[in-house]
Amino acid sequence: MQRDSMWAALRRRDYVRGTAPWRAAAYVTGGAFLGAPLLGVLAAGLATGVALSVVAVGLPLLALLALAGVPVGALERRRLRLVDPAPAPTPHRSPATPGLTAWLRLRAREQATWRELAYTVLMAFVLWPLDLAVAACTLALPFLLTAAPAHLALAGGPDGGGVRPAKLWLVEGYPAACGTAVLGVALLLVLLYPLGAYAAARAALARLLLAPREAEVQARLAEVTRSRARLVTAFEAERRRIERDLHDGAQQRLVALSMTLGLARLDADPEGPLAARLATAHAEADAVLAELRELIRGIHPQVLADYGLPAAAEDAADRSPVPVDTDIDLPRLPEPVESAAYFAVREALANVARHSGATRAAVHARYADGTLRLTVRDDGTGGADPARGTGLTGLADRLAVLDGTLTVTSPPGGPTALTLEIPCSPRPPDPVA
Amino acid sequence: MQPAPTGPRRVVLAEDSVLLREGLVGVLGRFGHEVLAAVGDADALREAVATYEPDVVVTDVRMPPGFQDEGLRAAIALRAERPGLPVLVLSQYVQRSYAAELLDTGDGGGVGYLLKDRVGQVEQFVDAFTRVAEGGTVVDPEVVRQLLRRRRDPLERLTPREREVLSLVAEGRSNAAIAAELVVTEAAVGKHVGNILAKLDLPLTEGTHRRVLAVLAYLRA
Repeated sequence: MQRDSMWAALRRRDYVRGTAPWRAAAYVTGGAFLGAPLLGVLAAGLATGVALSVVAVGLPLLALLALAGVPVGALERRRLRLVDPAPAPTPHRSPATPGLTAWLRLRAREQATWRELAYTVLMAFVLWPLDLAVAACTLALPFLLTAAPAHLALAGGPDGGGVRPAKLWLVEGYPAACGTAVLGVALLLVLLYPLGAYAAARAALARLLLAPREAEVQARLAEVTRSRARLVTAFEAERRRIERDLHDGAQQRLVALSMTLGLARLDADPEGPLAARLATAHAEADAVLAELRELIRGIHPQVLADYGLPAAAEDAADRSPVPVDTDIDLPRLPEPVESAAYFAVREALANVARHSGATRAAVHARYADGTLRLTVRDDGTGGADPARGTGLTGLADRLAVLDGTLTVTSPPGGPTALTLEIPCSPRPPDPVA
Repeated sequence: MQPAPTGPRRVVLAEDSVLLREGLVGVLGRFGHEVLAAVGDADALREAVATYEPDVVVTDVRMPPGFQDEGLRAAIALRAERPGLPVLVLSQYVQRSYAAELLDTGDGGGVGYLLKDRVGQVEQFVDAFTRVAEGGTVVDPEVVRQLLRRRRDPLERLTPREREVLSLVAEGRSNAAIAAELVVTEAAVGKHVGNILAKLDLPLTEGTHRRVLAVLAYLRA
C-alpha cells in the first residue's frame, strides 16, 4: 500500500490514529541517537587526521573522512522511507570498471558525494541536537506528565512529599497526579502535530541533499538504456554462438552418423534382420537431423545473415500456414535492425496463424527517409491486444532498444495491422570477393 | 567443358568438417569416383579446381574463414569462370534463396543443391551426384516442398497425383525415374507432366533438363 507523505498525513483528520506519528517519532529519535555517535566518530577522525598530518599518514585518513558521507547518505536514505514514501535511489553511479580505485575515483568526482558530506556535517553538528530537542519537547515532556501517577507511587505516594513531573510543578496527591496525566495525554496529542511537521521538514532537507538530482537521474537513465542495448546485443551474440555450435557440432556429427548408417545398410544383407534394424536407426537419425535443422533455424536463421531481411522474411512467409503476400524492397540494414525486424515478422505471422482467423496476410517493407517501415496486416477478426500477449510486448521492448516503435491497430472485427518503424542507415556494401 | 555421359568422375571436394569430408571421400570412392582433392575452405577449393581441372565439384555452403556462405560464393564464382562445370552444393539450409542463386548460374544445367541429410541416403546421393555430373539439375525435395508451399493458388488446380509428379520434376528427376518412384508406367508420367505443364501455362519442352528449369522458374516466380 502506498503511504501518504508526512505533509499529507498531517492534513488528515485521523492523523493521530494512524501510523504517521509513530513513524515521525521513530525518525526523529533515530536521528538523535545516530547523530551523537556520528559527531564522536567525525571529531575523532578529524582530530587523528589533523594530528597525524604532520607525518603524512593523516592526509589519507582525512581524505577517507571526506567519504564518510557515502555510508551516512545510504543510511539516511533508508531512514527517509519512514516518513517519505517517494523513492530516494542512490545518486551515485556504478563504476564502469571493478576495483576500489575506480570506485574511489568515481565517488570523488561525483557532486553527490560532496552533498552527502555536507549533510553528514550538518547532521553531526546541527540536526541531531535539534532532533533531540524536538523529541524531548514533543515526546518526553508529555510522557513524563502522563507518568505522574506512577512517578508519585514510586516516590512513596502522597505521604512522600510529592513529586515534580518534568520539574514543572509539585504534585502531592493522586487526583492532581491524574489531572497531570490527562494533561500529558492532551499535550501529546497536540504536540504530535509539530513533531510531524518537524519530521517532514527534516525529511525534505535530507531529500534535497541526498536524493539524486535531475541530471543524475538522466545519467542513470542513459546508463540503464545503454546496458539494455548491451544486453540485447549480448543476447543476439549468444543466439548466434549457440547456432554455430549446433551447426558445427551436433549437426555435422549427425550427418556423419547418418552417412555411416547409410554405408552400413549397403553392406548389410538386405534380407537379414540387421538391414531392418539399420533402416530404423537410419530413419531415426534423419528425423533428428530434420528436427535439429528446424531448431537451428528458429534460433538464428543463417539466411538472415547471408541474404538479409527480404529473403528471411520471405522464408518466414513460406512457412506460414496462412498464405502471405510479400512486398519487400530493402537495402541491407544493420544486423540488429534486420534481426529485430525478422523476429517481429515471425511473431506477427505466428499470431496471424494462431489467433486472427485470417485467410490471407501481407508483409510490406520499405526503407525511406532513414527509416525502415514494415507492416504485417491480415484480414482476420482483429481484437489483438498488445497488453495481453507477451510476444508483442517483447517485440516492442526489442524495438525500443533501437529507438524503434511498434504500432498495432486491431479493431474488433479486424483487420489487424502491425507496423514497426526503426530509424537506421543502410549497411555499407560488403566487400564481395 | 562438355560433361561425359557416364562413368567414373574426377571430383574436387570441399567440406570443413573432417568427419564428413572423410565420409564423402569414402562414399564417392566406393562408387568408383576419384576424389582428386578434399579441402577444408573456399580458397583451397578454388585453387584445387584450378590445379586439377575436375569433372565435378562438391562443396559445403558454410566454410572458413567467415563461416557464412563462402562455399556457395565459391561455387557461383567457379560456375562463372568455367561455364558448364557441374557443381553439387551440400547445405544445411532449406531456404530457397541459396538454391535460387545457384540455379541462376550458367543455364542452370549441371547444378545440384542438396541438404546434407541426403548424404546418408548413400544411393540417392550418388544418383544425384551422377545426374549433376551429367549436366542435369537437382534440387533437394525439402526445398521443392517449400517452393510448392509458396505457390499455393495455381497449384490448387492440380490433382494430388499431379502435385506429386510436379515435385519430382522440380527435384530434377527424369520421367523414367519418376515412373519408378511412383510405380507407374513412363507413359502415365508423361501424360501427367503434359497436364501439369498445360495447367500452369508452361511450354511443353523436350528433355528433362529444360523442363526442370521451366518448372523451377515457375515455382520461384
